[in-house]
Amino acid sequence: MAEKNETKDKPRIGVFVCHCGSNIGGFVDVPSVAEYAKTLPDVVYATDNLYTCADDGLTAIREGIRKHNLNRVIVASCTPRTHAPLFQATCESAGLNKYLFTFVNIREHCSWVHMKEKDKATRKARDLIRMGVARARLLEAQEEAKVDVAATGLVIGGGVSGMTAALSLADMGFPVHLVEKEGELGGFVKNLNNLYVTEKSATETIKPLIEKVKAHKNIKLHLNSTMKSVEGFIGNYNVVIGTKGEEDTKAKIGTIIVATGALEFVPEGLYGYNQYPNVVTLTEFEILCKKKTLPKLKNVAFVQCVGSRGQNKSYCSRICCNVGIKNAINIVDNYENMLGLMEKAGTVVEKIPVEQKVPDEILDRRRRRRGRERGEEGEAEEAKLGPSEKIEVTVFNRDVMAYGVEHELTYNKSREKRVKFVRYTPEHLPRVYMEGNQLTVGYFHETLKLERTMPVDMVILATPLVAQPDAGELSQMLKVPLGQEGFFLEAHVKLRPVDFATDGIYVCGTCRGPSDITECVTQAAAAASRAAIPLSKGYVLAEAIASEVNTDLCVGCGICATLCPYSAITVERGPKGMKAVVIKAACKGCGACGAGCPEKAMTMLHYTDEQLIVEGLAGIKEVVL
Amino acid sequence: MSFEPKLMGFLCNWCSYAGADLAGVSRYQYPPEIRIVKVMCSARVDPDIVLEMFIQGADGVFVGGCHIGDCHYIKGNYYAQQRMKVVKKLLAKCGLELERLRLEWVSASEGERFAKLMTEFTAQVSELGPSPVSGEQPDIKKLKLLFAAKNVVEDVRVRSLLGKYVEFYEKGNVFGRKMSEEELDGLLDSAMDDEFARVNILLAASNKPVSVKELATTLNLPAKRVLQHIVTLKDRDLMKVSRIEGATPFYQSAQSVRIGGE
Ligand SMILES: Cc1cc2nc3c(=O)[nH]c(=O)nc-3n(C[C@H](O)[C@H](O)[C@H](O)COP(=O)(O)OP(=O)(O)OC[C@H]3O[C@@H](n4cnc5c(N)ncnc54)[C@H](O)[C@@H]3O)c2cc1C
Ligand code: SF4
Ligand code: SF4
Repeated sequence: MAEKNETKDKPRIGVFVCHCGSNIGGFVDVPSVAEYAKTLPDVVYATDNLYTCADDGLTAIREGIRKHNLNRVIVASCTPRTHAPLFQATCESAGLNKYLFTFVNIREHCSWVHMKEKDKATRKARDLIRMGVARARLLEAQEEAKVDVAATGLVIGGGVSGMTAALSLADMGFPVHLVEKEGELGGFVKNLNNLYVTEKSATETIKPLIEKVKAHKNIKLHLNSTMKSVEGFIGNYNVVIGTKGEEDTKAKIGTIIVATGALEFVPEGLYGYNQYPNVVTLTEFEILCKKKTLPKLKNVAFVQCVGSRGQNKSYCSRICCNVGIKNAINIVDNYENMLGLMEKAGTVVEKIPVEQKVPDEILDRRRRRRGRERGEEGEAEEAKLGPSEKIEVTVFNRDVMAYGVEHELTYNKSREKRVKFVRYTPEHLPRVYMEGNQLTVGYFHETLKLERTMPVDMVILATPLVAQPDAGELSQMLKVPLGQEGFFLEAHVKLRPVDFATDGIYVCGTCRGPSDITECVTQAAAAASRAAIPLSKGYVLAEAIASEVNTDLCVGCGICATLCPYSAITVERGPKGMKAVVIKAACKGCGACGAGCPEKAMTMLHYTDEQLIVEGLAGIKEVVL
Repeated sequence: MSFEPKLMGFLCNWCSYAGADLAGVSRYQYPPEIRIVKVMCSARVDPDIVLEMFIQGADGVFVGGCHIGDCHYIKGNYYAQQRMKVVKKLLAKCGLELERLRLEWVSASEGERFAKLMTEFTAQVSELGPSPVSGEQPDIKKLKLLFAAKNVVEDVRVRSLLGKYVEFYEKGNVFGRKMSEEELDGLLDSAMDDEFARVNILLAASNKPVSVKELATTLNLPAKRVLQHIVTLKDRDLMKVSRIEGATPFYQSAQSVRIGGE
């Protein structure tokens, strides 16, 4: 169908005011607002609908366009953030370019927030529609440019997430570059002993995945490698991969998946870590289990939420409860067995050494101080552990988050196996100290309301996953954001969890926030299928909300290029001298360049200065310029 | 009827506009005076748009962006912060209360905060009363200053500086010299004085042709400065020579200029 793009024609505006049932109609005098709309310049048709987004509402729009030869449509209803695509598509189906559609928000921004002031809300709805009319009259049809997409993927990070994503793309038939910083694939799982909710060794579990990746003909593996530079935009990235001791690889890439994982928080200065022997993190404990070099254990304490949930980090690391429970069960079930093996192999160690030696003098002072403190408190009744042949495991926790079906069952299983769960509050953190030669946990028993102590052989600290320290560099190179805690930030928490706001770049795994392997694999598969859409389509349509250079005014100063967060502008020599050039597919339409251009040579299509000013003016005065 | 301030809001699509949506979804009530214009990013809000709103009689302007670090466009809010700082400096020079312009960060999940901010901002501006340049009898001096301020932010020198401001501030300019706050203030001051003089010249030469000497006397400026301004105004196509008497040219504004009642 031929689109009504001849916007040079005199505007013929249709206004559709929605009741949204009583959501708007109950708090705004909708029919009077529609009547008012008819009095505004260039409005040739105005009506009210019960539900504009329902079938009959949409039909009314299409009919309106046909009958009244409308070349601008305004819907005054809810929010463009949810409903614009629907109304735009309706306009397009009736032959009207979607950029000639204007949304006026009279529900979220009016009827719902002024529910007790019908008169004022009605006046506001009128003003908002007047603003919409002022804007609509200046709108122009826009074309969305087709941009070719190079059908090759790039995955950064060779952990479970990166490998899964690379394999998915490769299986779909796309060539993929997989870039891993280290000399081996596998990521964090390389450190782990076994993986909940199975008992199988971690290494064995991911071995088939690694082998498949290595053998896949579509995957070009780059070990010991990092990204040197990434330039371009969706479908057309020029990347340079730097490999230790080898020449750089240059490649043309269509879409990129970030899967750089996370690290474990090091609890420096917390709970005697690096101060007393046998105080280790969860990861260190798993490494010891895996290497089978543990000391003799009788009493083991886990401390959960070390450094997370408002301590050093604000968030809950999500996986540690389950990792703690997994290891608690392992100790109860397998330690005797493992000890036997270790004794045979001679790998039993006396103590897990303190890496950073604390001077004796300081230790002495600490010991004396603690002794004094306890003296003042009086001789609180010491918790004596009952004689038991079995190993004792106690998990000090703030609350156990064994979410979902399997984890709750595992938690129950751990209780059956006599793993003790002792609760603490942030006001009464447990303390880890040396009582003479005895590693000891002091804690406040929340039910008994008593200070207690517990001699232990080992303390295992559950610390959160934290963002990679170099995530910032990669985020700048790719021009994608990090959230407040340094993890990569997706485009929308609910609706676009594996996309970045920048088209063509996707995210999965723990680099996006704490998640376990099941979740990582799910995200990786999702990211791969998102990344495959442009690759298989072969082209993308560039949003027309973009900047445009007026080459008569531009002096080539390049300020716009430095302001653009997406490197969407270059300054190039052309027939008229040095001029700014906008790469439409890379431009996200923010307008930072236009508002900063000294010569006012940048027009923001669909958000021009004139459009914004007349819209604003119509809000201040009863005028439509 | 009690005073209902005219308030314009420019909200970024991704955070503050969504925050305003959430206020609606959650039914947080706030005063109805604000009129919202959606922009893609707070960085889209050109300083001259804000000043234009005040010239046209807005009693207050609210600009909303994503929290620092959360900008959908990575660093747009950072630019907005720099730009609104300059607008505030200029508003101060025009004698407008700084509380009339408010820049705030509102995330998509802060519906309640948005409603609170609107309640606060509306109360604040209501307390100040109508803008001195709005209504039937605007304060002409302040209005002229606002026109001058708008010219300042449209001035190439000032815009270049603003455009490079973030960079200048952090990395220094091409000579590796960092720009200080005082230097920026100094530049804005002198640009403001110049533009104010130019507005006055345009007004004085609006109805009848005038000579440099006459202008210098009425405006109490050295003749040399007046001539420089006239050259600038001619470059901008705002002034022309109307006739020459003997050796003395007489200048007139290219269009008739009216500000408020003048
Ligand atoms: C103690 C502990 C126990 C756990 N136990 C379990 C369990 O039992 N079950 C379970 O499901 N989950 C468990 N997890 C979670 C599991 O480890 C993670 O979910 C998983 O490893 C995340 O995979 P990933 O690929 O996203 O990240 P990672 O495994 O961290 O892989 C990221 C990869 O990217 C590479 N990389 C980083 N930066 C760059 C760069 N700039 N350029 C190139 N490459 C880069 C890294 O070298 C690494 O190989 C545990 C985690 C911990 C800390
Ligand atoms: S800032 Fe303006 S004048 Fe300078 S290069 Fe960009 S478009 Fe051209
Ligand atoms: S509108 Fe934003 S993304 Fe587009 S070129 Fe300008 S600064 Fe870059």
